[in-house]
Parts: sequence; structure tokens; C-alpha cells
Amino acid sequence: MSVKTLTIDGVPIAIEEGTTVLEAARQNGVHIPTLCHLEGISDVGACRLCLVEINGSPKLQPACVTEVAEGMNIRTNTETLQDYRRTIVELLFAEGNHVCAVCVANGHCELQDLAIEVGMDHSRLPYRFPEREIDVSHDRFGIDHNRCVLCTRCVRVCDEIEGAHVWDVAYRGAALKVVTGLNQPWGAVDACTSCGKCVDACPTGAIFRKGSTVAEMERDRDRLEFIVNARKDHQWTR
Amino acid sequence: MAKIRLATIWLGGCSGCHMSFLDLDEWLFDFAEKVDVVFSPVGSDIKDYPENVDVCLVEGAVANEENLELLREARQRTKFLISFGDCAVTANVPAMRNMLGGSEPVLKRCYLELGDEHPQLPNFPGIVPELLDRVRPVHEMVEVDMYIPGCPPDANRIRKAIAPLLEGQTPDMTGRDMIKFG
Repeated sequence: MSVKTLTIDGVPIAIEEGTTVLEAARQNGVHIPTLCHLEGISDVGACRLCLVEINGSPKLQPACVTEVAEGMNIRTNTETLQDYRRTIVELLFAEGNHVCAVCVANGHCELQDLAIEVGMDHSRLPYRFPEREIDVSHDRFGIDHNRCVLCTRCVRVCDEIEGAHVWDVAYRGAALKVVTGLNQPWGAVDACTSCGKCVDACPTGAIFRKGSTVAEMERDRDRLEFIVNARKDHQWTR
Repeated sequence: MAKIRLATIWLGGCSGCHMSFLDLDEWLFDFAEKVDVVFSPVGSDIKDYPENVDVCLVEGAVANEENLELLREARQRTKFLISFGDCAVTANVPAMRNMLGGSEPVLKRCYLELGDEHPQLPNFPGIVPELLDRVRPVHEMVEVDMYIPGCPPDANRIRKAIAPLLEGQTPDMTGRDMIKFG
């Protein structure tokens, strides 16, 4: 196993080949904001919040899908990055219908937390107010597309951990949305095992347990990481 | 030192932000020593927005023509305008009607489809303000100098945001205590 040496924010580090920049940063106590990243499932670089500057590269690179390389000089928190991150969060708020005041996830929402983290006190971009649906055809859960940020955590968790692949992504551009089955009502999808892993994975109030009311719903994020560890490393307790 | 001329206005909102302001309780006595409330739905009985206002707290989204007119007047006559609460900052709950596609479907649903005995659209020009086609946050209509998000912002947040202004300082609007939506 070979080791790569590089610097993150000026601090020299040595880390195993094949590690992502995000993992390397976290292992060395450097915080990089993320949204589509979730421990236990694969990374897709969808949200671009973890963009970092790498010397020699004219483009910003997503830390979650960029592997460390020898001699890399990475900066994770420059003014440019801070500005881009705030803009990304503003885009997410302006693009959907995120009405925090009447959301089941109010106070337990990763998008809300990110807005605080990036210092967003208002959106500089005009709100779109798109017309979107809510599907409550499932017995126990519901999906509110108004609150979906298209991180695809539900898609990956259902495919990679549960193995049911109920969720997928359909359409293009502004019409892009996550779908269940072949764009059927969720309740009509036989493949759904009602395991609730997508509910635990969702960063916002988009996928929710029925019966939850405003600010009431908390998720068990560690459950997914626990399942992965249990299977891989036979750690059956937490 | 002359007192600060303070106004508060209430556009398309539930008055929750004003209620939260009143939650400042005894601090309001200290506050009253430094400000003159020159216009406010909860603090004065003046009908016309005055000239030369130093600070104005704007609650609510811009939902109808009356809101827009008052907001423009306030902007013109105020030095420092504060977008106060989620409806003012994001358009929040009042803007949920935007997703229904304009004011007409909303009015039809409320007054015709759900009208009990004499369904009719409200129409009294000059008395009943026309709905704007879209509910908008304050800063999309006029320039805003500061934002206090929250639904409503709690009294502590309000105090931490406006107390420094009274001393001529800028508050630190960062972190969960100061800028959480919802």
C-alpha cells in the first residue's frame, strides 16, 4: 500500500493512496461542507459544496470524488470557495420551495444547517417557486418534491445498502426529479421494502415519515453507516 | 443626543414578528429611552408613514399593491431598512400561493369555489387592495440594509441584532442564534 504526501491548507500530511481529498481532510481535522455525501454510500459529486482549490488545476475540484495525489497542494476555505458555497446554498433555496417554517425537518435539516454555516442571511437570487408534487401514496412515508435538493442519497442508499433500487432520477434540467419505480406512485411500487433507509438518508424534509409534524422529525443518520460496518467488518453493535 | 426615529411596518405576514418584538419585555423600557416610535401597527396610532425615519423594521412579504406602496414609501423616507423575519426575507408561507400560478386561481379557489352563499370576488377599488401576481421578499422590491431571518426571530435574536445599531455598531449576523430560517 503506497502513501501519498500532500498539503491541506498548508499543513503537510501523509495518507494512503486511493483516499479521497474529503476523507484526507476529515482525517486531519479539516472541515469541508458537504450535502450529497453520506457515510456508507458511494460519492457522486452532485452538490458541489465540497469544491476545493488544488494548485496546478484551473478548475475547482469536488473533494468527495477527487483522489489524493503526490505533492498536491489543496486549499479548502479560500474566499472564492466561501463565496461559491454560499451561492450554491442560495441556488438550492431559490430553486425549490424550501419553507422552513412549515417543514417536518425544521431544526434537523442539513440544508438549513448549511445556510447557517455559509452565512446566508438572505438569497441574492430570485426565488423560482416551481410547481411540484407531493406523493403520500406509501403507507408509512411520503415524498415532498418541493423540498428535494436532488442529492440522490435516497437513490444510492436504496440501491447500495437495501438492494431494492426503488429510487431513480428522471427528466432533465429544471424538470429533474427523483422517482419511485418507473415513475409510479411510491405506494404502488412492489419493490419497496418499506425499510425507511431513504428516510434516514434524506438531508431535508423531502422524504418523511407520515404523521410527523413541523420540526418534529429527526433522522438516524448513523444507522446507514452502522449497517455498512456491520456487514463489512462484522461490528454488530453500536 | 436626539432619539432614533423608529418605524415598524407590517406587510403580508402573521404579526408573529411584531409579537416576538413585544417579547423583549422589560428591555423595551431601555429601548424606549433611545428611540421614538414614529410609526408602527403595535406602537403608535399614526396612519401616514412619516418623513425622516432612521430605522424601519419590515415584517411580512410583499403580497398586494398596498404592501408594495407602503414599502416603497418606507424605503424612500427611511435611512436604514431591516427585512424582519422569514416572510420579509424569503417570502415564506405567504409565497406558497405562488406555486398555484398567480393570484387568479387563488382568489377563485377562496372566494368562488369555497364561497358558501354568495360566491363573489372581492372588488372595491381603493378599499380592497389587489393581490400581486406573485408574493415577493422585500429585497426583491426595494434595497434592504440588514436581514433578521427567523419565523419568527426570537426576542433574543431581535435584541442582539438591534441593540448594537443603537450604539452605532454593526451586529454580527452569523451563526445559528442569528440567521436560522424557520
